[in-house]
Amino acid sequence: MGKGKVKLVEGGLRHDGRRLDELRPITISVGVLKNANGSALVEYGRTKVLAAVYGPREPQMKHILLPNRAVIRCRYHMASFSTYERKSPTLSRREIELSKVIREALEPVIISELYPRTSIDVFIEVINADGGTRTASVTAASLALAEAGIPMKGLVAGVAVGKIDGYLALDIDEVEDMYGEADMPVAIAPSLRQITLLQLNGVLTPGEFTQALELARKGVEVIHEMQKEALKKKYLDVKVEE
Amino acid sequence: MESSVYVQNRELVTPGQLLGRGKLTITTPITVYSLDGKYYSAVVGLADVEGDKIGVIPLEGFYYPKVGDVVIGIVVSTGTNSWEVDIRAPHTAILYASDLLGRPLNPGREMLSDHLDVGDVILAKVENVGRGRATTLTVKGKGFGKINKGSLVEIDSAKVPRVIGKKGSMLQLLLNECKCEVVVAQNGRILVDNCPNNDFKEIAIMSIKKIEKEAHIPGLTDRIKEFIIKEKVRRGLFSG
Repeated sequence: MGKGKVKLVEGGLRHDGRRLDELRPITISVGVLKNANGSALVEYGRTKVLAAVYGPREPQMKHILLPNRAVIRCRYHMASFSTYERKSPTLSRREIELSKVIREALEPVIISELYPRTSIDVFIEVINADGGTRTASVTAASLALAEAGIPMKGLVAGVAVGKIDGYLALDIDEVEDMYGEADMPVAIAPSLRQITLLQLNGVLTPGEFTQALELARKGVEVIHEMQKEALKKKYLDVKVEE
Repeated sequence: MESSVYVQNRELVTPGQLLGRGKLTITTPITVYSLDGKYYSAVVGLADVEGDKIGVIPLEGFYYPKVGDVVIGIVVSTGTNSWEVDIRAPHTAILYASDLLGRPLNPGREMLSDHLDVGDVILAKVENVGRGRATTLTVKGKGFGKINKGSLVEIDSAKVPRVIGKKGSMLQLLLNECKCEVVVAQNGRILVDNCPNNDFKEIAIMSIKKIEKEAHIPGLTDRIKEFIIKEKVRRGLFSG
């Protein structure tokens, strides 16, 4: 990689003016799609992800059903216009892998035993990609599930921590991911105190890893508060008609 | 251990929110779960606290059948001796021909579609929700069976309890003020029938939609009452 060619941290600030432990501006809206049972739109800076949840319902492929719990199906997809160069709309190897990883990040919180022989379908569409799409996807998908009324043990929020120019930085974007030394996406269910997604691309020392996890935990806590606000806002905004 | 509750009655809660700890009774087993002696909400809803009883009334949701529920279903297909009925649940339900007819079907003389055809609406009761087997319906009893006329209103099934109200107060209001027959089914389908005229029917339907939209805001019954009176005045229906 182009290590050392691009200066990512200067005077304690990153290329977009953020401090090392600062998140990008995050906006969350819930209930954006009419036809879906639940939906959410999440923006981490320039990264924009839409999630839609359908179900529990009976799928077309009956053989996937389980007798003791609901099957959770997840599709992560990047729109062909989401990147600088056109992305082929067919599911790539990376998208199939991310679908699985995101599904496994959500499965521990969904109380799927209540709805045997059904499927819960999660569709995630990346509208604009600027780093941290998988973590934004987890955040959006857990909100969409909550809006669909599916019983959950808690919300899940995700954030990535990276190592850039030797410093640990919270919520790295595309440029920092490309020229940085490490990228570690983390998803946590704060109410369960459980880590549901943890990946690491690059090299971190054991000490750095612990520090990075602590940084991610703090970031997730902030996002988790925003998630709760967004869910409540939908109801607090309804005004009594005179 | 001393039990304590951390939320107020009718407080808006989100999944994973700590509701209380200690020895509490859960009134809504699906929307509340307990872990290590602590109680958490599993859905977005309103907390329902009464002494050491705790529950969450969901604001979002879908219909999942329970034995004994009264439902309004729409026939989606006919089989050899049963109908497949959509009840807005994850699975379609089954209504056996022998249940509707009170005798076995005589395949040589009659067809299932002579009695109920695709698209017909029925009022039924959930007889059995089987694990691994289909949900079955029954139409035995007064008032059950095929619905021939009326208007069908669909609302979110999570809001059905609000249309009925505490001890049926809201439903009574609708019946008295709109002078219509209103049948509220647990799966969120509501039948409005036998109205004096079209205006009354429209007011009833508009009221139901208003209840659905403002279900989580306190003082709903009074607001609906006011709304019905205003609509009646506007349409010139008030006669002393």
